[in-house]
Amino acid sequence: MKNRYSIFSLARNALSHHENWDRAWRSPEPKSEYDVIIIGAGGHGLATAYYLAKEHGITNVAVVEKGWLGGGNTARNTTIVRSNYLYDESAHLFEKSLKLWEGLSRELNYNVMFSQRGVYNLAHTLQEERDAKRRINANRLNGIDSEWVDARQIKAEVPYIDTSSNARYPILGGSLQRRAGTARHDGVAWGYARAADAAGVDIIENCEVTNILRDGGTVTGVETTRGTIRARKVGIVVAGNSGVLAEMAGFRLPVESHPLQALVSEPVKPILDTVIMSNAVHGYVSQSDKGELVIGAGIDAFNGYGQRGSFNIIEETIAAIKEMFPIFSRMRMLRHWGGIVDTTPDATPIIGKTPVDNLFINCGWGTGGFKATPGSGWVFAHTLATGEPHWINAPFSLDRYTTGYLVDEHGAAGVAH
Amino acid sequence: MFQIDCPWCGPRDQQEFAYAGEAAIKRPENPASLSDAEWADYLFMRTNPRGRHHEQWRHVHGCGQFFDVVRDTVTYRIESVDVPGRPALGDAS
Repeated sequence: MKNRYSIFSLARNALSHHENWDRAWRSPEPKSEYDVIIIGAGGHGLATAYYLAKEHGITNVAVVEKGWLGGGNTARNTTIVRSNYLYDESAHLFEKSLKLWEGLSRELNYNVMFSQRGVYNLAHTLQEERDAKRRINANRLNGIDSEWVDARQIKAEVPYIDTSSNARYPILGGSLQRRAGTARHDGVAWGYARAADAAGVDIIENCEVTNILRDGGTVTGVETTRGTIRARKVGIVVAGNSGVLAEMAGFRLPVESHPLQALVSEPVKPILDTVIMSNAVHGYVSQSDKGELVIGAGIDAFNGYGQRGSFNIIEETIAAIKEMFPIFSRMRMLRHWGGIVDTTPDATPIIGKTPVDNLFINCGWGTGGFKATPGSGWVFAHTLATGEPHWINAPFSLDRYTTGYLVDEHGAAGVAH
Repeated sequence: MFQIDCPWCGPRDQQEFAYAGEAAIKRPENPASLSDAEWADYLFMRTNPRGRHHEQWRHVHGCGQFFDVVRDTVTYRIESVDVPGRPALGDAS
């Protein structure tokens, strides 16, 4: 990399009051033709571009983005990273991702602030306890760290949580993945963008795709607001807008787009050093390094592309957080925002081929895409480079809705991803 | 958050209603004669438009009735509310 970040570059730039840092990535004009075009410069798209260059030596690549990079769901999530999924297919995918997270800051020479502070998934009913224990055993069989902690141990590790039997929905225990945690959402997009750019990838912002060009049944490029760009292969990685792009290319998806919102509180001193998730009362919370509580909510049930959520969802979420942490009842919320998540009937992503030759899609991450950013990019780069899915993403084909081979994490992982 | 004008009860908060998915999806009359792809299309594939959407809602905390709504999925503005069976999209276009 041209300008490596290090203690020495920091000291050198301090001498010029940090006014002479180079830009982290270029802002090139689009060329007329590329080997691969990736639509969508979110975390998944940028990771795809990076791994295309790194793992497959394909650098004649453009990432086109209608807004600014990392401005969609990458900027609108609650930054939780974990891999404790029940089914083998999901476990392999998310564990691949977690392993990449573990070396990511060093690999990208960019601090993505990956913090393995642990994630608790609470159980409030006997059935939840049984399901959690089943998931823990499945995780262990797949080599994923996962343990059962009872209410007393949770209270010891997270002192302010209400584990009393007087709670309306008493906490019986929970699963704990210690290798799980959080990462800096923007840092991931910026780190991948910088590394991909250094490898020769063109990141073209403010460039909205208006049509997908095809010749017969094969993709030939895209029309954009900045002109026509030809390509041998095209990958769609646009989260909530996947259905819009699929319609341009003339095929249908089993995807429905929903608003999902999150909110942060005023910053306070350190009080919560882990991540707490609960499906039963339905809320999840962690504390950012700035001190804000980062709180996740459920989706609005109706289809929506407006990047905002309903107030009643906020009310339900705050009620859930207060049920678990009565001490937070007087916290004031500073900001809330909404992203558009692309949900599938089996709550599992679609990563692979489309009915159009040389056109590939990576979508359907629903409410759980952030954690998968590195792994998703890694398997999708393999798919784009070779034309065939990697064994890890082979089960996540669009075909599975025809063959019936669904990966039904909806029933297994609950709603909160 | 928005209000929905229930055909039976009048305007109420959206919170009183349950979303019931895309409207006008007909169960095939003879499923056995369909190919797997056609069955998958009926079962799973959805139009999911960015803009005008023909959808169903149910007034779960009111009269309990299902009805059809045409709503913009970006502005959330409701264009029309109708009882099922009448082609709402066709009327408007």
